[in-house]
Amino acid sequence: MSEAHAPCLLDPQQMDAYLLRVAREIAAAFGHDENLVLIGIRSRGLPLAERLGAKLGTLLGREVPIGILDITLYRDDLTEMAGSPIVRPTEIPFRLKGKTVVLVDDVLFTGRTIRAALDALQDLGRPKRVWLAVLVDRGGRELPIQADFIGLKLEVPLNQRVSVRVVEIDKVDGVFLEGRN
Amino acid sequence: MTTPRYCFPHKHLLGIEPLSPQDITALLDQAEAFEEVCERPDIKIVPALRKRMVVNLFFENSTRTRNSFEIAEKRLSAEIINFDADTSSLSKGETLIDTALNLEAMHPDLIVMRHSAPGAHALLARHMKASIINAGDGAHEHPTQALLDAYTLRQRFGRLEGLKIAIVGDIRHSRVVRSNLWLLTKMGAKVTLVGPPTLLPTELKDTWPMVDISYDLDAVIPDMDAIMMLRAQFERGTGQFIPGQGEYIRYYQINADRIKRAKKDVAIMHPGPMNRGFEITSEVADGPNNVILEQVTNGVPVRMAVLYLLSNPHGEQVP
Repeated sequence: MSEAHAPCLLDPQQMDAYLLRVAREIAAAFGHDENLVLIGIRSRGLPLAERLGAKLGTLLGREVPIGILDITLYRDDLTEMAGSPIVRPTEIPFRLKGKTVVLVDDVLFTGRTIRAALDALQDLGRPKRVWLAVLVDRGGRELPIQADFIGLKLEVPLNQRVSVRVVEIDKVDGVFLEGRN
Repeated sequence: MTTPRYCFPHKHLLGIEPLSPQDITALLDQAEAFEEVCERPDIKIVPALRKRMVVNLFFENSTRTRNSFEIAEKRLSAEIINFDADTSSLSKGETLIDTALNLEAMHPDLIVMRHSAPGAHALLARHMKASIINAGDGAHEHPTQALLDAYTLRQRFGRLEGLKIAIVGDIRHSRVVRSNLWLLTKMGAKVTLVGPPTLLPTELKDTWPMVDISYDLDAVIPDMDAIMMLRAQFERGTGQFIPGQGEYIRYYQINADRIKRAKKDVAIMHPGPMNRGFEITSEVADGPNNVILEQVTNGVPVRMAVLYLLSNPHGEQVP
């Protein structure tokens, strides 16, 4: 591949296989739950939620509703940023009350994004429960937050970055390890 | 691999004139995200401006613009200080710069100001660290009104480029028209200014040569996608520029007869407050083509977008 300098952790086939495993685990835990919904965190949690949703549709024989959450306005470092990041709409096309929400994100690192997502969800309604699915848990937590469904679990040094790429945004699928600068 | 993130590059919103088409699009896109917040069933508040202080500094009367800003600030969780010219030391003769320095001592982050003097906002921007938002300055600019008009048009037509828009009435005394001329021409809309010659200064052609000028509303109407009616500003002396109200009504009032010759889906806009029975009849103001209350509703998410994009210290673009 052209990304010779960025070691590939998962190729597209492996990435799909890990996603299928996550989908199976969600199906095993909540397959019977009519109130199951997926909520993808922008940006890359959204295409992953859509893929998990498609796999769950096949596994369960029914459609699992998907929502989109933008957590920018809830970031704890928002007032320290140089320039306001553009916020895109949150789209939750169902009432959250009573739902079993599986939040979907690409990489779990410090836990701060998930903290923001939980705050954002709380303003939108009161789900019955919120669980977390990630493609990669890379360690390095700064908050007491853990994932319930994990594709790939790693301990990555803090000076390196795990980058999940999806065709919808990056024109290519795969998980890469990049040096930080 | 990551593309450089777009950052709104301006510290102040003094007018539409300094904005690029990309800046305008970013503001309108941002307003869409805040419209979702405004439509939430329960909690229409986000913590984006927590820890930020906003001062509303109104030297001229305003009800809707001020309320709209205040709602926007509350929905962003800002701390709000209201400062009225009537109740402040200004009525005791304090200069604008002294007022600014006193405000500066309170360390505000954003200042929303309406003032009758066109240069007042730039003056304040030079003397203060805070970001200044122009909420109307004399007959110069009223940028958030133009942005909410554009947002309303985009909501209705899905685009601004190529739209044919007539701005009708008291062009001479309107700050809304100048901000709208900047915005609509930058975004590629085709604007026709319509009004009696006495209220339609042809010098506007010097700044906006691409704009058409017409004194004949009836000739213009059939072609328009949107008609923006302006308020006749009698308090600023509009009455001296027209021979009589009857004649103005006969040629320039938007009424049911004129609407019949317009496109079926024409959007009728008015920045408010309306002189019902003068520039617009109640049939039209309350009729199916009006988007006047949408304009008011859209004012809140548009102002949230402005406050939010200006709320973070302007610096180098971050990756």
